[in-house]
Amino acid sequence: MDVTALTCLALLLPFAGALAAPGLTRLLGHNAVWVLALFPAAVFLHFLGFSAEIARGATVTGGYPWVPSLNVRFSWLIDGLSLTFALLISGIGTLIVLYAGGYLKGHPQQGRFLAFLMLFMGAMLGLVVSDGFLMLFVYWELTSITSFLLIGFDHTRQAARRAALQALVVTGGGGLFLLAGLLVISGITGTSQLSALSGFAAQLKASPLYLTALVLVLGGALTKSAQFPFHIWLPNAMEAPTPVSAYLHSATMVKAGVYLLMRLNPSMSGTPEWQTILPVFGGTTLIVGALLALRQTDLKLMLAYTTMASLGLLVLLTGFGSPHAIEAAVLYLVAHALFKGALFMVAGIIDHEAGTRDIRKLGGLRRAMPITFAAALVAALSMAGLPPFFGFLAKEEIYAALGHFDAWSVVFAAIAILGNALMFAIAFAVAFKPFLGPTIETPKVAHEGPVLLWIGPAILALKGLAAAVLAGATHHMISTPMASAIAGAPRNVDVSLMPHLGVPLGLSALTVGLGVIVYLNLDRLRGLIAGVLADIGWGPDRGFDQAMRGLIGFSQRLTRRLQTGRLDGYMTVTFIALAVVLVVTPLWFGEMPRPPVFPKDVPWHELAILAIAVIGIVAVVLARDRLTAIVSLGIQGFAVAVIFLLYGAPDLAFTQFMVETLVVVILALVMTRLRLSPSDRRPFRQTLPDAAIALACGVGLCLLLMTVTEAPFDTALTDFFNLYSKAIAHGANVVNVIIVDFRGTDTLGEIAVVMIAALAILSLVRLKPGSMVRMADNEPDAGEGRP
Amino acid sequence: MKSLILRTTAPLLVALMLMFSIFVLLRGHNEPGGGFIGGLIAVAALAIYGIAGGVETVRRAIVFHPLAIAGAGLLLSTLAGMISILLHVPFMTGLWVTPSVLGQPVPLSSVMLFDTGVYLVVVGALTGVVLALEERGED
Repeated sequence: MDVTALTCLALLLPFAGALAAPGLTRLLGHNAVWVLALFPAAVFLHFLGFSAEIARGATVTGGYPWVPSLNVRFSWLIDGLSLTFALLISGIGTLIVLYAGGYLKGHPQQGRFLAFLMLFMGAMLGLVVSDGFLMLFVYWELTSITSFLLIGFDHTRQAARRAALQALVVTGGGGLFLLAGLLVISGITGTSQLSALSGFAAQLKASPLYLTALVLVLGGALTKSAQFPFHIWLPNAMEAPTPVSAYLHSATMVKAGVYLLMRLNPSMSGTPEWQTILPVFGGTTLIVGALLALRQTDLKLMLAYTTMASLGLLVLLTGFGSPHAIEAAVLYLVAHALFKGALFMVAGIIDHEAGTRDIRKLGGLRRAMPITFAAALVAALSMAGLPPFFGFLAKEEIYAALGHFDAWSVVFAAIAILGNALMFAIAFAVAFKPFLGPTIETPKVAHEGPVLLWIGPAILALKGLAAAVLAGATHHMISTPMASAIAGAPRNVDVSLMPHLGVPLGLSALTVGLGVIVYLNLDRLRGLIAGVLADIGWGPDRGFDQAMRGLIGFSQRLTRRLQTGRLDGYMTVTFIALAVVLVVTPLWFGEMPRPPVFPKDVPWHELAILAIAVIGIVAVVLARDRLTAIVSLGIQGFAVAVIFLLYGAPDLAFTQFMVETLVVVILALVMTRLRLSPSDRRPFRQTLPDAAIALACGVGLCLLLMTVTEAPFDTALTDFFNLYSKAIAHGANVVNVIIVDFRGTDTLGEIAVVMIAALAILSLVRLKPGSMVRMADNEPDAGEGRP
Repeated sequence: MKSLILRTTAPLLVALMLMFSIFVLLRGHNEPGGGFIGGLIAVAALAIYGIAGGVETVRRAIVFHPLAIAGAGLLLSTLAGMISILLHVPFMTGLWVTPSVLGQPVPLSSVMLFDTGVYLVVVGALTGVVLALEERGED
């Protein structure tokens, strides 16, 4: 197989794993993960095979036609940026699958959980390698949906359901903004391939629609990457089982927004809008996230808020615009995926083995869980940005990017220092508080978890160390190609563990000092922030609930207004709309028909038929009771059918005869069914509006028909059907051949509609009064027609 | 309905109308007619039968639930359109065979199957509605 087919297979492999997961789990129990982990591992190895080529500065593209008529392709773009993401997704994914095997061991729905996890993996993988706009959007929304399934996995709890829905509304809604943004971009540039977009950078930035496109795209990116004030769904998503938090909500999905910004960087960055909006959102998110993290005592929530802060930092760096900022973002993104994934898994192990995640109820676990402690410590050192870990390199690069002496840089350097110091404190709160100090009795007797649990965090933590020690190789394979892809021009990342005196090192030292002070005063600060938040008393999370309640209330009121349940109301509205369209449109556009010319010698039988029709109508209007009116309407219908017959439309006439007959029968039956009084007893004053509407509709339709028949008749279709009906469809009756052959698919749709209408009518006829209300209350016997 | 004349003549009338409806269905490809018109005639026939002899008589006479007949028609029409898949031609392509029965060529086609499906949908759906309404009128 060639590379294109193999890559396509690799992209589909996680979905195959999702299909296999439930069966395998039923067969092998939790040990199925050893088999399932082979799927992402194979993907990882496949993408690793590209690294040499990518390191040389090449890009790999490939794909297949998807909707050729719309020029939409299923095609991928593998460069330094997407390769790094693909390796993170498949590599961490392998470890997470193993971890999930240990974490949900014995859970009755473990197979389903693993299937969801693999589905998500496939969606995320597709997202980062997508080249086409539409493909990107489809995968983008697929990650939102799979994330919904994973967050709501424990669906019997109301909190989990709410969190799942919230995540779906925020990120899925953001995805719609993204779609609009991509369409605007494609409208400006005329391309729908990400790989071709950077060629149109100047055109895009000069366009008057640039700001619109940017705001729409940011609507997708900032919601997905949990930027303030859209961050609310991220901490609530901690309702999900810990493997989900470790995978989606630290290493992969939340970075999709950052990925998108990085991907668009060559084509959209450098403008004042880009360099203002991004750092301001990122900086705010960094500070708010870090402060909210301080306030938490739940390990997972502390990590969740620091994740939000880290995402803020990444957005800040991506938008900042200085050359070092891109490289800093690259290093920090990789470092964060490694240490945060590990720390989340550690939090999960503690929860799993000790029975609580509250740091106030944990302590002295170092003897019971030595491996977990070691992994936590190594990951926390990287998160704190201390040498010799990868986080240190990232931090050096961040300060190299921000450490300048103009006002804009100083502001953001201060924000970064404050945010990093707070995260430093939290890193050690997570790594030290549960393990050091006197032993506190926990709900479960704590002991080291099984190998499936600790292997993931151990490997990730060690990778954070190895990546820094072997900085040269890391930069060659990962950092340099990725930074070049983001910048759209060759870059060289060369920061190493060797400390070199200068502004960055000084700012690092300042961060560490500040961080130690915060760590020592953690409890006091937590009380302070809790007090301030209580004083504010409102947050975006509550705002979300209010917005949802408002939306539901609005639709209820609107529905009640539109769906009054009164048939005459619907009829009145429908016919007024019809009359307005028919009468106002020709007046507005000045397209009134010319007065018709009456033919001189009309045969007497045609006049007679016309007279019968008129008599029918007069009888309808003057009829004393309803039954007479219905029958009189039939007279008029039959007269029209005869006219059809005379003018050479026997099929139409035939159908009209039958329809008129059945209409009279059915209307008469409906009358008895509804138990209407035999005649309309309303006074003239009340029937006048109805009469006016009916008259307007009739006049309007008459005008329309006159206008239509005035134009010369185009016989192209008639000629076509007359010519080919017998020749290729073997039928002499053109009307019927059109119905069943030339336009057979239309007819298929129409008979389906007939069927559905019959179902609807039957259920309405059989409905007892009031049974809809009981159906809404979930009563089992509601909706039954017969008592 | 208590009319003796109607009750006496109804079976004959209904039989004639049903036969006529099938005739109209079959000749529709070359002369005025077709599944839709044929179906409407059959519905009218069954409606008369219902008025004359009561809804239960009609339900017994047509054996199946009207909506089941309509569903079968929809299925038949869809399948008639899908025969073309076997021959690798687009969905709903009309296909013809002309076997010889007793020395007489009889043209058969997927189009006719489709039209029969239309007939059944119209008969089933409208008969269902009419019978349900008549049922209510009785009690």
